[in-house]
Amino acid sequence: MADEEVKEGSKDTPEQAEFRAYCRKWLAANRPAKPTFRLPQSPLEVMTDEQRIYLQAWQKKCYDAGLIGCDYPKDYGGGGKKGFQRIANQEMAHAQVPFLINVIGLGMGAPTILHHGSEENKKRYLPKLLSGEEIWCQGFSEPGAGSDLASVKTKAEKKGDVWVINGHKVWTSLAHFASWMIILTRHSNDDKYAGLTYFIVPIQSALGKGVTVRPLIKITGETGFNEVIFDNLEVPDTLRLDQVGAGWKVAMTTLLHERGAAPLVTPSAGGAGGDTIGRSAEALIDLAKKSKRDGRPASEDGYLRDKIVGLLIREEGLRQNFRRVRVGALCDHPMRIPLQGKLIGTEFMQAVGALGLEILGAKSSLYLGDENAPEGGQWPLAYMNTYGGTIAAGTSEVQRNILGERVLGMPKSK
Amino acid sequence: MSQPKDYGFGSDEQMIKNTARKFLAEHASVEKLRALVAKDPHAFAGGKNASPLAAYDESVWKKVVELGWPALPVPESAGGVGMKMVGVAGLVEEVGRAAFPSPLLSTYFAAFALREAGTGEAKKWLEKIAGGESASLAATNAEGSWEPSDTDVSAKESGTAAALSGTASFVQDARKASFFVVSAKAASGVGLYAIAANAPGVSLQADRIVDTTRDQARVAFKDAKAELIAPAPQGAEALRKALPSIWTVLAADLVGSAEWLLQTTVQYAKVREQFDHPIGFFQAVKHPLVNVMVENDYARSLLYNAACAIDTEPENAEKYARMAKAQASDAAAYAADRAVQLHGGIGFTWECDVHLFFKRSKHGQALFGDAAYHRRKLADLLIGPVAAR
Repeated sequence: MADEEVKEGSKDTPEQAEFRAYCRKWLAANRPAKPTFRLPQSPLEVMTDEQRIYLQAWQKKCYDAGLIGCDYPKDYGGGGKKGFQRIANQEMAHAQVPFLINVIGLGMGAPTILHHGSEENKKRYLPKLLSGEEIWCQGFSEPGAGSDLASVKTKAEKKGDVWVINGHKVWTSLAHFASWMIILTRHSNDDKYAGLTYFIVPIQSALGKGVTVRPLIKITGETGFNEVIFDNLEVPDTLRLDQVGAGWKVAMTTLLHERGAAPLVTPSAGGAGGDTIGRSAEALIDLAKKSKRDGRPASEDGYLRDKIVGLLIREEGLRQNFRRVRVGALCDHPMRIPLQGKLIGTEFMQAVGALGLEILGAKSSLYLGDENAPEGGQWPLAYMNTYGGTIAAGTSEVQRNILGERVLGMPKSK
Repeated sequence: MSQPKDYGFGSDEQMIKNTARKFLAEHASVEKLRALVAKDPHAFAGGKNASPLAAYDESVWKKVVELGWPALPVPESAGGVGMKMVGVAGLVEEVGRAAFPSPLLSTYFAAFALREAGTGEAKKWLEKIAGGESASLAATNAEGSWEPSDTDVSAKESGTAAALSGTASFVQDARKASFFVVSAKAASGVGLYAIAANAPGVSLQADRIVDTTRDQARVAFKDAKAELIAPAPQGAEALRKALPSIWTVLAADLVGSAEWLLQTTVQYAKVREQFDHPIGFFQAVKHPLVNVMVENDYARSLLYNAACAIDTEPENAEKYARMAKAQASDAAAYAADRAVQLHGGIGFTWECDVHLFFKRSKHGQALFGDAAYHRRKLADLLIGPVAAR
């Protein structure tokens, strides 16, 4: 990937080229010391205060250096530039610096507030979101509303000047550190879609005063996400995003950004995590060379060689999809490749994880904390975590519905 | 050397692609295709006294020659266009989308081999292609080996001439070709030769094949006087260098056919009703079609990457062209498989056009190596060879 990104500089304007050089120099000079504790594989598994403090300090430093929010208006704490964020993202990834902790805020909260928030909201919330001083989470899924998001039941009731929120949100990453949540609620049962309204609600400051955050344990044994229970939480009307009844439209903005198909380049999750095991097909080659099968390197096993090369082709295909999407003449439908991104990216990662375990053979049974586990047991951890990818933000099945309906024009499934 | 971000696919390439789509819609519609290649199921299914089909519309081919398509990859120095591979790939994608029966691909195969040979004699034969003659590459043995060093033809060289003996197999569109580029074993290895299809000592025996949009034959040589294009071992080397281009145009043809299969099946899923709904309503139909699209998009992206590598990054041409042929082979096979299945009963009949593209895709999948073959070669390239036991 690194070469690809170096090449991407070839079409920078002089101003952008200067910014790219600045980013590269700044990142080289300011790379933080490796922490003494383990960093998780992604921002969604940040669990301890020491991890949070380390990562929050890093995001603030990047923000102060102008690497985050570059394309957001200056009035809202941004840099007021165009086409700079993409460059900063590329350089952060290239430099393999730690990821940015406020990933939900940056990827989904910020664009949603920018498009649908009041002037006052944008001024109040965006600067501290971009700097990472305030962490954000997202309240969409509920026990009874997963793939069918519009069936959310969390209730918002207008009582005088305030809204009273009651309900139960699940799979809420980062809620345990979050100051704020973007939340989809139901103000009316009259219409499935037009009965939805979108708010910003406080979390930290409302703990014990209408908000309860409880960790949920994932199949990996780790936490990182939560359930959040609202019990008569009072929220002023000024925290409403867009009109009463416009919740579905606002949620679509959020999802467009979450699924990576948005036209606006938002500050990404940034660079690499603590561990990047199980994230590339290239890594499978090394793993196969180090692993044994019948007393010989697993990299000489015909079946495994075929499977590894199959994923190397997929990996190149993903890169080339990303390249072709910018050549309009070679794309029949403008959303055909963008809407595939989430589906094929997450299924690719899952296939890499699964093949990693196959290559490890008996050793794939060894997990975190086992002294003999290859790479500390990160491969089974990474594999199990890939199901977060194929389930969250619209399962692969929902993605296939969207592609079949919006791109291929087939009738809507129920 | 680095690749251009847009694959180098500019306005010239786009114009050729658009022209091709329009021309083929007018002159090579699926209705015309059906009338041309699907008129005789009895002969197709091994009927006695019927010669295998080799149907194509020569008047349309003449127009194609006038449009200059066969001359696109021929260097300007030999009277051709010298078009970039991305342009050729764009055109061939349209050819595949129409399952166009013609000697275009086989002529390209011959042109690629001649181009890589780079000799004065090669130039002379390239000029014939630029002048409108069709050709084919006779470089496969009876086992169907795609290795440049494997051939059942031998050559007795004397100066710039050679006498060829033996049989080349799986020669594409042989009955539409006016000359052949032949690989043959000489004393010092495998060389490349050219010979007119009607030269003394050359005889064709048509294969009965599944794909009705192509013809294929064994070409037998009996002390046939051919011209030396590149002596051994440069001949085999030229053939080896031509292979990435051959894989790439085949991938383009497959991507085009797969896209036709996808779009046609999607249209059918929108109108065919069962259980009170168009069948595309059901996820058991909708999701496989999305998967076909995903696979073909991977193939299409890898195709332009391969073509662009041939144009700008020759050191990576083999790797990327094998990736493209592997993915396009699997994607087209999958598209063909789902197209017949999801059309249901009608998809299993001769009257439904799906079988024409199904058969062309299955043929293209096998030609010059299927996905498993190329993945095995890529494993040697990317993982490293397997040590001898």
